[in-house]
Amino acid sequence: MFYREAGQFKTSYAADQQVFPILQDRIGVAVILGIAVFVVPFVANDFFLSAIAIPFLILALATIGLNVLTGYAGQLSLGTGGFMGVGAYACYKLTTIFPDVSIVVHILLSGFAAAAVGMVFGMPSLRIKGLYLAVTTLAAQFFLEWCFIRIPWLYNYNASGAIEVPGREVFGTMVTGASAGSVPRYFTVLAIVILLTVLVKNLLRGRIGRQWMMIRDMDIAAELMGVRPLYAKLSAFAVSSYLCGVAGAMFVFFYLGAAEPSAFSITLSFQVLFMAILGGLGSLVGCFFGAAFIWALPIILRAGPPMIGIPIAAETAFHVTSMIVGALIVTFLILEPHGLARLWQIGKEKLRVWPFPYA
Amino acid sequence: MRLRSLIAGGILAAMASTAALPAFAEDSVYVPLFSYRTGPFAGSGIPIANGMSDYLTMLNERDGGINGVKINIEECETGYDTQKGVECYEQVKAKNPLVISPYSTGITLQVIPKAGVDKIPVLSMAYGLSAAAVGNVFPWVFNPPATYWDGASAIVADIARREGGLESLKGKKIGYIYLDAGYGKEAIPLLEDFSKQYGFELTLYPVPGKEMQNQSSQWLNVRRDRPDYMIMWGWGAMNPTAVKEAVKIRYPMDKFYGVWWSGGNDDAAAGGEDAKGYRTLNFHGVGSDYPVIQDIKKYVVDAGKSQVDPAKFADNLYNRGVYNSMLIAEGIRRAQELSGKKVIDATDMRAGLENLNVDEARLKEMGMEGFAGALKLSCSDHSGHHQVYVVEWDGKDWQKSGEWFSPMTEVVRPMLEKAAEEYKTANAPWPERTEPCLSN
Repeated sequence: MFYREAGQFKTSYAADQQVFPILQDRIGVAVILGIAVFVVPFVANDFFLSAIAIPFLILALATIGLNVLTGYAGQLSLGTGGFMGVGAYACYKLTTIFPDVSIVVHILLSGFAAAAVGMVFGMPSLRIKGLYLAVTTLAAQFFLEWCFIRIPWLYNYNASGAIEVPGREVFGTMVTGASAGSVPRYFTVLAIVILLTVLVKNLLRGRIGRQWMMIRDMDIAAELMGVRPLYAKLSAFAVSSYLCGVAGAMFVFFYLGAAEPSAFSITLSFQVLFMAILGGLGSLVGCFFGAAFIWALPIILRAGPPMIGIPIAAETAFHVTSMIVGALIVTFLILEPHGLARLWQIGKEKLRVWPFPYA
Repeated sequence: MRLRSLIAGGILAAMASTAALPAFAEDSVYVPLFSYRTGPFAGSGIPIANGMSDYLTMLNERDGGINGVKINIEECETGYDTQKGVECYEQVKAKNPLVISPYSTGITLQVIPKAGVDKIPVLSMAYGLSAAAVGNVFPWVFNPPATYWDGASAIVADIARREGGLESLKGKKIGYIYLDAGYGKEAIPLLEDFSKQYGFELTLYPVPGKEMQNQSSQWLNVRRDRPDYMIMWGWGAMNPTAVKEAVKIRYPMDKFYGVWWSGGNDDAAAGGEDAKGYRTLNFHGVGSDYPVIQDIKKYVVDAGKSQVDPAKFADNLYNRGVYNSMLIAEGIRRAQELSGKKVIDATDMRAGLENLNVDEARLKEMGMEGFAGALKLSCSDHSGHHQVYVVEWDGKDWQKSGEWFSPMTEVVRPMLEKAAEEYKTANAPWPERTEPCLSN
């Protein structure tokens, strides 16, 4: 009834090809953005912003990064954690060497370091694919982690081996370091995530994105039609690692505040991979669903019972949460193997014919 | 998936996310305990967590809290994971905690810069950043009774005692096997400095966190290098594995030293009878022959209010948890005295910890005579660099070996001051101390 595009006629190519062709979608996205910008930071408490909203946005960006590679270009990767780490360490080095340059610039630049590393480790994808490629990206993960532990230059010879985020300002407000409030950090993260998501969305609908999808669907056919696998695959690795690198830099600078190499372990790679699979491979909105599900749900489950006055021991909550989240992942994947994004799409289709379904 | 179930799911999710905070009872103070009863470090984490919460529960049960103020204890599970620890910090921050005990050097390092801004004291008892002992740089961080650097210097001092003086260390070979994380790396700068100063050779054997349970390659190297002494900075599953491996290569166990965190009963028991002679540092009593431990047994364990396995009651790490909670409780008591308030806040607590003075008389009053040494902190010294002693594994339990002795404070303290200054410049702009000093 409400979600029906009847009567919305496209009179130009531009109108036909826009990102959200349906009016209701445009309104929906505007409302969500409005809430994210004007409501959340003023209503939510510190805990929600720092422990849920900020990492959720950052991990959603990392998931987009992985999704570009795995979901759109069809190259399976287990090195996400390592690539995020490259971004984080690059940003740390940049901001300690050039402390006067804005941190936002550094964060956007640090993605390029990750992109370069990602392209190097993407080379084998020209020869191998599928599980074999997963193994080489796994090697990247272990190699990069080793670098973070063993190359003291990366963490400025800090005795503890951790990188500590110095305080940096944007427009006169502290956005990193201990004295930065959660609201400025949230706004910075939100701005970067929105900017990059819009960029990626447009990249995906254009020539480059279509090449990736052709390679994914059938690489020989794509090659015959004039897509060069070298460019297509390496550009997918570059864009993916760039996004992961930016996400990694933000993860340390806006969320953790300091990081040991273990923060970028294989666990993080798997976490992001689960987000991508559960959210839906080859879907941008799915990245946000997946990140919310995997990141926010355990925290809410853990924090929930004590908040409403149910006494539950800390470690019991921990075990129960792991069990519930695990069960939910299995349930959702059985119900809909294509992830939460597909579920969302089905929901929208049902909404179109509601309340008079004809089938 | 029907539309109806989608909507129902949505409503449920919305309900789950809108839960209100309950109000706390009037005269109670909130003390969160970061603990880890899960994960690869649970072996060390469980006894500590039990000891910490049991002592505070005992105060609540026996005395009705501290001067009538109940302690509201809440555990937050970190799994020794730094990220989860930060999450715990954010979670408890909203509930006005008096003090944070991160129980992980990694988490402590993350929390140190935040603590000063959020005005929450951090009590990292004998762990965390050694340089935090410099109270004028780190007003909100406390690491009594001794820092890691004190510990490392104490081990070197004990080795020197056995060899007949610091000069005899020249030409000796000392191996350092450590957990390759913030915790294990913490002692390296001091040991490197000492090796230059006293002329012994230092060899490093890092054990990555992922491979804690497989140290055969490290111990193969130990067998090749044949160090005269081994020093271990291990935690969790790393300790029992190391003891087992040392036994396997027949390393002389009486020359194998662990820091206090490598002294769990289960750690040494992994080597069984063969681990006899393995020694670790300690700064509190072992066993249950203390009135305070008996009180815990009576009021908490026998009353069924503890999670401790009766067979593991009052083992070495359990007692350390008790000691940690004693510091928290005494800090609260001191803060009450200083502020004249019953229900204190985190700022009072900071002052209380800073002016902590637990003398022999007070220890006796608490039933801790002989359990712990007297402890005094000051504004400039947040650690105190107190005395420690060596315990030796007799095949079944830890036995005190030798007397209490002081770490090499006169050498360590200037190094700590220097490290604190370095931390300050590396983390510029580091806030200057503005907190008033009450005692001197």
